[in-house]
Amino acid sequence: MKLPHFEYEAPGTLDEAIALLVAGDGMARPIAGGQSFVPVMAFRLAEPSMLVDLRNIPGLNKIEIGAEGVRLGAMVRWRDILDHAGLKTALALLPEAIEHVAHYQIRNRGTVGGSLAHADPAAEMPTIALTCDAVIDVVGAKGKRSIRAGDLFIGPLMTSLESDEIIVSVLLPAWPATRRWGFQEFSRRRGDFALAGVAAFYDVDASGLAQNAHIGAISVGDTPLRLTKAEAVLNGRKIDDATIADATAAASAEVDPNGDIHASARYRKALVGTLLSRALNAAANRKA
Amino acid sequence: MKVTFTVNGAAVSADVTPRMTLADCLRHELHLTGTHIGCEHGVCGACTVIVNGDAVRGCLMLAVQAQGASVTTVEGLSLEEGLTPLQEAFKHHHALQCGFCTPGMLTTLHALLSEEPDASEERIRDVISGNICRCTGYVPIIEAALDARASYQQARGDK
Repeated sequence: MKLPHFEYEAPGTLDEAIALLVAGDGMARPIAGGQSFVPVMAFRLAEPSMLVDLRNIPGLNKIEIGAEGVRLGAMVRWRDILDHAGLKTALALLPEAIEHVAHYQIRNRGTVGGSLAHADPAAEMPTIALTCDAVIDVVGAKGKRSIRAGDLFIGPLMTSLESDEIIVSVLLPAWPATRRWGFQEFSRRRGDFALAGVAAFYDVDASGLAQNAHIGAISVGDTPLRLTKAEAVLNGRKIDDATIADATAAASAEVDPNGDIHASARYRKALVGTLLSRALNAAANRKA
Repeated sequence: MKVTFTVNGAAVSADVTPRMTLADCLRHELHLTGTHIGCEHGVCGACTVIVNGDAVRGCLMLAVQAQGASVTTVEGLSLEEGLTPLQEAFKHHHALQCGFCTPGMLTTLHALLSEEPDASEERIRDVISGNICRCTGYVPIIEAALDARASYQQARGDK
């Protein structure tokens, strides 16, 4: 469907962008790559009075790898992540997950900040942010603040961002080189939204036991989810077939997904377990 | 709003409402009807055009966002009279039937092979997973793309 009417500005600074959002009084919306928000408007899920395009604001498209971790600018595109050689070692889970984002053409325009602000529980980036304990830096009329990923996503397509706030960057904390990880998702067709997905990692202590387990799930709730019961199963144990089976059962038991025309709730519960099992097997078999 | 950009090497400008997509602008304002519009929400790939070298969905980009950009449509793949090697390969392999998806297939594959002339069959399959064809079953399209790689490798300067 054709888009609803809106005004359009593409300011050159964050301050101007925020002023436009303030003037819009809750009805103006920022737009980054537009790969989610243009369809949202086509479906009339949003009818903003104005789009404030962030494309002319310099400095938002940097990928920085440092001691504190990986910082992705809000306007970093999926293909920038996939083309970046350093990320494959600094935070291998990220490019592995981003390969599953939509299609080639969409990966050429879709952005990190846009996906986080869109907050689709079926998307990869929000779950990766949540799983990795990411911190999202935003700026608005009242100044800057940092939001933990767990506090950003409050419902389907809903965030704790104020209407005048713009995501500037996201920090994914540094990974020890020996971290074990896996990412799995399942969709009917390549590039479709996942029916379910799992991102998992853990560290191995001196006695060979898993610690610091983090498991995130895609598409089985109103927001990205952490599977804390399955994480608790892993911590302090050796990751072998018995542990994986226990974690799989815990994961399936702790999620309460909705069924829809694409997959029933029961199917999604089972699928989360299967995907976690595959992710943990990949993690355990990965050469550290 | 006035928007100025280049299409297939020529400078163009159009007076558009902000809500007009790039695909609609190309078709209705610039009369380049080779770019097809299928789903209008970023699923079918028929409207794929090349913006600053990247294949993008013409329905998920606003015309006003093309300000200053360099856009290539299916009409611009060949500025000569004849077909490009990729188009010849499509003809040879019967990689089209109704032709509706073909402009998007050609622009997507042109962008891919220009950047990755050695793209594997797996890579080609992954890339055109974002383009829906209801006639061919995709196999001839993939055969055509694999065939056309040689001309892109040559263009890169391979022997």
